[in-house]
Amino acid sequence: MKNGVGVHQNIVLFGGTSDIGVAILREILQPGVARVVLVSRDIARSEVVTEQMSQAFPEVDFFHIRWDAADASSMQQVVSEVVNVVSDIDVAIIAQGLLNEGRDYFADPAGLVEMANVNFTGTMSLMYGLGAHMRSQGYGKIVLLSSVAGERVRRANPAYGATKAGIDGFALALDHELSDTGVSILIVRPGFVDTKMTAGMKKAPLSTDAQSVARATMRALSGKTKVIWVPGALRWLFLVLKNLPLVIWRRLPF
Amino acid sequence: MPPKRLSGWGRTAWTVSDVISAREPDAIKNALIDVGPRGAIARGLGRSYGAAAQNAGGTVIEISSDADHEGADITFSPESGIIDVASSVSLDAILRFSVPRGWFVPVTPGTRFVTVGGAIASDVHGKNHHVDGSFGQHVRAMTVLLSSGEVVEMSPDLHPEWFWATVGGMGLTGIVLRAQIALLPIETSQVLVETERLGNFDAVIAAMSADGDDDRYRYSVCWVDLLATGASMGRGVLTRGNHAQLSDVSSDDPLKYDPRLRVSAPGWVPNGLLNKLSIRAFNEVWYRKAPAQRHVGCESIPAFFHPLDGVTNWNRLYGNQGFIQYQFIVPLHRTDVLRRVIETFSDAGVASFLAVLKRMGPQNLSPMSFPTQGWTLTLDIAAGLKGLPELLSRVDAMVLDAGGRHYLAKDSHVAPSAVRRGYPRLDEWLSVREAMDPAGMWKSDLSRRLGLFQGV
Repeated sequence: MKNGVGVHQNIVLFGGTSDIGVAILREILQPGVARVVLVSRDIARSEVVTEQMSQAFPEVDFFHIRWDAADASSMQQVVSEVVNVVSDIDVAIIAQGLLNEGRDYFADPAGLVEMANVNFTGTMSLMYGLGAHMRSQGYGKIVLLSSVAGERVRRANPAYGATKAGIDGFALALDHELSDTGVSILIVRPGFVDTKMTAGMKKAPLSTDAQSVARATMRALSGKTKVIWVPGALRWLFLVLKNLPLVIWRRLPF
Repeated sequence: MPPKRLSGWGRTAWTVSDVISAREPDAIKNALIDVGPRGAIARGLGRSYGAAAQNAGGTVIEISSDADHEGADITFSPESGIIDVASSVSLDAILRFSVPRGWFVPVTPGTRFVTVGGAIASDVHGKNHHVDGSFGQHVRAMTVLLSSGEVVEMSPDLHPEWFWATVGGMGLTGIVLRAQIALLPIETSQVLVETERLGNFDAVIAAMSADGDDDRYRYSVCWVDLLATGASMGRGVLTRGNHAQLSDVSSDDPLKYDPRLRVSAPGWVPNGLLNKLSIRAFNEVWYRKAPAQRHVGCESIPAFFHPLDGVTNWNRLYGNQGFIQYQFIVPLHRTDVLRRVIETFSDAGVASFLAVLKRMGPQNLSPMSFPTQGWTLTLDIAAGLKGLPELLSRVDAMVLDAGGRHYLAKDSHVAPSAVRRGYPRLDEWLSVREAMDPAGMWKSDLSRRLGLFQGV
């Protein structure tokens, strides 16, 4: 159950070792939180993540569930495993994602299937599974880590951008479908975030870090906001970029 | 059954339930047929501050008849002074009926817009707790609908365990259908009120202590300025009174009762209207406006007991983030903790529009009733205040370490362990609850958050 001062008792993080996901978890943890579930491929690593947290919050129970984020047909099963542990899910953070930077899909077209499953197909299925459960409990919040990459897909990584564009559009409409059920979705659109996923890549302008994304997410968590941008200025930059004529867009250096 | 968003009076933690309106016993009983695995809870006028009368994903049975106080379901026996009322009837309706006849409700909280059912489930208290105890002590008998569909008559002598588990049971033992309540005879509809300003915490405590003259007044409460610091920390305005007798008033209609609503809060209020600055200004005026010397005067029932009821929807003044009400009690000898709590809130800059202190009398037989001999402090806090969860958890620990507890009808944040520590008879109540509701049908958002049921 959530309480009257914006604290959620039961929190689930999908992509339990994601830098941004873990940063959000750190922000959300405060007195009143009861149970936290980390769903990840690598339980040994997610246990390392919660070790520090459980020192600061000894009253919180941490649980670890293994999944394969690319196994899109397993999502309903994963949701029921989570429900077995916490019964009501107050907040679900969806942070799994693959970038596959630098992969040559011309040489290996099948190489994008896993990424599409993780970023798009599996996530859609997961969100329906969560939506169904939260609808039956009369409330709930899903936080989806999207990306500005989906706002206008770039030639640098068309497949990745397309999965983000797809899941972002899906989430907006799913939130609409869930209106009046007490369930809502918060879409987080960060710009370039300095994390292990982007290690070694050249930083884009208006880049940010996981902690800033986490703070902005926390601020929006209890409100009615549907979409946040981190940093906030990206909203206006992309309003322009999205509407640029193709001839100009294609001349841009990124 | 259209799904509907509900919150408590504090307008926080909204959830969606299937809401059924039912007033007659048969309709209430029928409403139980369709209850699913998320259970059901009764809701009266929605005046509990937190999530006591909402049930996310489940059923909420709305049982109030606020609209028609003219035809309220009240039977009165002037010989015994006992009324027999439907649980849907509000204290407002009872007062409109009883005051002109020379009778007053035995206990009233700060609002008269609560139903009898809600008053029993929360075992509400008022300014007279130190003398008269809480609402449940004045209930002579009640009929309760159990989740099995059975209707059971109970009283302090008949099924006393079930009776006292339902008093203060937050609606989690069954639905009260009717109750018999002993009223208090009055000669006039006026209250003879003494008002005095007290310059600091020690003066407030001394004036309200049992070894002073506090027990001479049936009603006693002190407004406290939480923003005052230094030498005037804990300063307040003490108001105490008794029902005026015929000789005290000169009126040709001494029992006239006219509880008109004066104004309504606007539909939209900017967040942060009630902030530290505006509340500090209000507190200064409120304190200065009170007479420096003890002053005696007559006040009407609405002005003395229900000042906030004069503003409809005053709960909207906190904007769309809502507010919480924090009410706790500590044993009489722990005024040190009381002082530390006030200092903690004051240091944190918590501005409370309404902070009231009261000395409570002995506890009744209910295992979950809040009042017990001690000091209770109540304050409103804007829910969006930064750092509030940490601050409250610090204060919770001070209260619990001192052997105190929190009032569930107001609660919107405590952890399950706070109930376990604050209510030592919790397990006893849980097992009575299970005997009354073996199916585990009665559930609310409050009971889910606090784990007020055995098993899952």
